[in-house]
Amino acid sequence: MTLSLPTTIPLQAYLLLAAVLFCVGVWGLINSRNAVRVLMSIELMLNAVNINLMAFSSYLDGQLIRGQVFAIFVITVAAAEAAVGLAILLSLYRNRETVDMERFNLLRW
Amino acid sequence: MTIASTTQLICFVALSATLVLGALGVVLLPNIVYSAFLLAGVFLSVAGLYLLLNASFVAAAQVLVYVGAVNVLILFAIMLVNKKEDLADIPGLALRRVLSGAVCGGLFLLLVRVAITTPWALPGPASIGDGATIRIGEHLFSDYLLPFELASVLLLMAMIGAIVLARRDVYSSDVITGEPADQGLIEKARTPLLTGKPSP
Repeated sequence: MTLSLPTTIPLQAYLLLAAVLFCVGVWGLINSRNAVRVLMSIELMLNAVNINLMAFSSYLDGQLIRGQVFAIFVITVAAAEAAVGLAILLSLYRNRETVDMERFNLLRW
Repeated sequence: MTIASTTQLICFVALSATLVLGALGVVLLPNIVYSAFLLAGVFLSVAGLYLLLNASFVAAAQVLVYVGAVNVLILFAIMLVNKKEDLADIPGLALRRVLSGAVCGGLFLLLVRVAITTPWALPGPASIGDGATIRIGEHLFSDYLLPFELASVLLLMAMIGAIVLARRDVYSSDVITGEPADQGLIEKARTPLLTGKPSP
């Protein structure tokens, strides 16, 4: 049995890549001290989801590319989320003089 | 767009390496400005992957929206809040990192198992190729018309909300003397949350 390179990129390659990106995003989301980096991690996770949607739309739904339409909506929502998130962050920074996530514990039990 | 399969493979491997290394850099680098620039690299390589998947419209939207708007917004936020601050040590931080790393590794193994063992219905219908943009337009103006219109309302709401949230309040009159103040010059005193001192 010889291991030969695939002639085309398999669907699983895209899925694994998206899984790596998503897990890195989750780890960054949990462990970041800087609030801006938390927002960046959220963007990484949204991009991982988009890669999945695009891969499925290209491999399993080649004619009615509904996954691409969904990806466009995800991009729209991500843009809105980034704008509101950064505005909240600026307002928070003006009040608390820090971006350390550990010190934003006003609503924590 | 049809490229030779070897070229496609090489592009995929290069883009994947950029993507994974860039994502790790975004999360791990101590300097957050470098993280923001690496994030732009991650977004660009994701756009490259979309091009490999025959989705030129979404790739263009990715570059315009993510690299052009979101990343610039993040850079602005970094410039506005970039104060050197010494983060206080937290007990058990290393343990927390290891534990969350284990959780993320477990999640990754689960995703890998699902991706490999699921019998995907391959090969699906033939790819539409260059007609993707036309098909997306047909979708957006027929069966996805309501979400498309709602997206515009959502963007408007996000824009107004961001302006309201990030705006600085100014007093129209001086707090102490009561005489009208020069608009835009006097900034409202900071009202620290829960620090004990009531604001004037």
